[in-house]
Amino acid sequence: MAKPKPLGDDTLALHAGQHPDSDFGARATPIYQTASYVFKDADHAASLFNIERTGHVYSRLTNPTNAVLEERISALEGGVGAIATASGQAATHLGIATLMGVGSHIVSSQSIYGGTHNLMAYTLPRFGIETTFVDPRNPDAFLDAIQPNTRLVFGETLGNPGMEVLDVPVIAEIAHSHDIPLMVDSTFATPMLAKPFDMSADIIVHSATKFLSGHGVIIGGLLVDSGAFDWEGSGKFPTLTEPYEGFHDLDFVEEFGPVAYITRARKEGARDFGAAMAPMTAFLVLQGMETLGIRMARHVENAVKLADFLESHEAIEWVRYPGLSSHPDYELAQRLLPRGAGSIFSFGVKGGRPSGQRFIESVEIASHLANVGDAKTLVIHPASTTHHRMDASALEAAGISEGLVRISVGLESVDDLIDDLSQALRASQKV
Amino acid sequence: MDLEVRGAQAYAASGHKPIDSEKQTVVFVHGVGQDHTTWVLPIRYFARHNRNVLGLDLPGHGRTPGPGLETIEEMGDWVVEALDAAGVEKAALVGHSMGSLVVLETASRYPERVRSLAMVGVSIPLAVSDALMTSAEVGSHDAIDMLTYWSHSKAAQVGGSPTPGMWMVGGGMRLWEQAAPGVIHSDLRACNEYAVGLNRAGEIQCPALLILGEKDVMTPVRAAQAVKEAIPDQDTVIFRGAGHALLAERSDPVLDQLIRIV
Repeated sequence: MAKPKPLGDDTLALHAGQHPDSDFGARATPIYQTASYVFKDADHAASLFNIERTGHVYSRLTNPTNAVLEERISALEGGVGAIATASGQAATHLGIATLMGVGSHIVSSQSIYGGTHNLMAYTLPRFGIETTFVDPRNPDAFLDAIQPNTRLVFGETLGNPGMEVLDVPVIAEIAHSHDIPLMVDSTFATPMLAKPFDMSADIIVHSATKFLSGHGVIIGGLLVDSGAFDWEGSGKFPTLTEPYEGFHDLDFVEEFGPVAYITRARKEGARDFGAAMAPMTAFLVLQGMETLGIRMARHVENAVKLADFLESHEAIEWVRYPGLSSHPDYELAQRLLPRGAGSIFSFGVKGGRPSGQRFIESVEIASHLANVGDAKTLVIHPASTTHHRMDASALEAAGISEGLVRISVGLESVDDLIDDLSQALRASQKV
Repeated sequence: MDLEVRGAQAYAASGHKPIDSEKQTVVFVHGVGQDHTTWVLPIRYFARHNRNVLGLDLPGHGRTPGPGLETIEEMGDWVVEALDAAGVEKAALVGHSMGSLVVLETASRYPERVRSLAMVGVSIPLAVSDALMTSAEVGSHDAIDMLTYWSHSKAAQVGGSPTPGMWMVGGGMRLWEQAAPGVIHSDLRACNEYAVGLNRAGEIQCPALLILGEKDVMTPVRAAQAVKEAIPDQDTVIFRGAGHALLAERSDPVLDQLIRIV
């Protein structure tokens, strides 16, 4: 037999997890808009509840449409399984809560999505989970912050908003040296640009709201398990290696081996927290993922051209994009993200806060809103919107200058984007 | 549960229940480089359905430490010693792939200990390609790639896992990646060198069931024909479109067939 040739990413993005429907031959994934599923008899029901047979019971736990999406992202990331959640935040919460409880500690990159920062800095402490935030460019800082009760190292493949590139192999090695898994939010990269599991990350979360769905029409998240972390050898994760009273003393690692983590997340977290993705949402994410490969290539192509344009513009102080050689992580991005460093970046408009505000209010094709990863180009000026209460020094402490604009470059004709930003930049400099 | 076999610790998944002498027993034996977790669904099913269950980890696999056994004959002996250690006189034996050779060996040489026999994904000979054997010998990941992709039908490589949300290819690959060094090669060699299988098949005295996958390229249906013809009292079920990873690809239909015979 010839050496096996796995299916390529673009093929998996179109097909993984789905075969034409056996009843009617539907080629597209049907939307199973149903809460529950009929049992054949009482023993069949008991067998499903007790994980003896496969199938669906209730759509908070599993749903046939969601299952296709879960398989598809698992296939693209190279994992063993996934859970579709109501939002990216729900995926991150589910991922953390499956691992730890009161008295635990997380070491996280400080360059992360504001919602994740809020979760770790303010909300999880109320449940006894503390977080130490560190500079993602300083591996020693991760190492130094690890405590005896640390149960997770966390970072974003591409940090927010500075586009810091996480050195996933190095940070994973640090985490593993202390028998701790590395969870990576890979929303900005998507599996088309980065494969964190191939770099030894253990768990991936995505906000499916962004590039995966790609059109700004849904809120959703995905939690993906590599199946590679040695929970038993670590000895730090009783939720996975000791009998669970909430499921008839089930020991997940003993019975499920490599799929223990994602199974526990479903049997406990999906069941009890209940942040399930709606089937219609899963369908829309699947529609988006069908074109993920070609969209990401175009996103990156446009981002590189816009970043080049902005870097040489007289009204721009700086551009922070790891696809530019001026970015401190340029070489790391070339190595870890050879297909491109995403299409989200930030730049500084000369003239500070008022100029930034004039710029943002002058764009005509780009949309001024709080989101990223849409097919359409999006911009936001934190100093006049999300962070408007902060003065200059507070903004600086948060790593945000007064003229900073974040852009999520879309799929428009790039010449039109250049024209739009040109006129907005001219407007920004008028006093 | 932990057993003591040949003076060493051995693991058997029992559904967290002790052996009850009033109940019949089912024994599961895994394939090359794998462990009891491949049987998790039937183990949980039969443990709740009035059976004693022993999902064995052969030496060097899963939770049973020690070097792997070198031959199918040795593994067949070890299964009987595991039955002794568990205090089980007679059992239904179920094996997958290499495990099906092991249970065939046990059933032929210890007929008084075996009530019935089920072989999931079986052929005799169970020939291993040179490329796979060579890669396994040097510990190359190519061996795991070959095992993973050759074990799953083309359809399963696209997906459609019976267990919602699971990627079968990834799950299979991870389990093999966790095998102890050298175990995959040792197991493959044991399969390749098992020369007495058809003779053993002719000696089977209990009812036997062969469960095969139409698209199985590891133990193709045509290569199971000889063992099928050799066993005096057998039934054969072929799952259309399925590959070698039948427990993942056809979880419930395989369970339904096992219910018939164990």
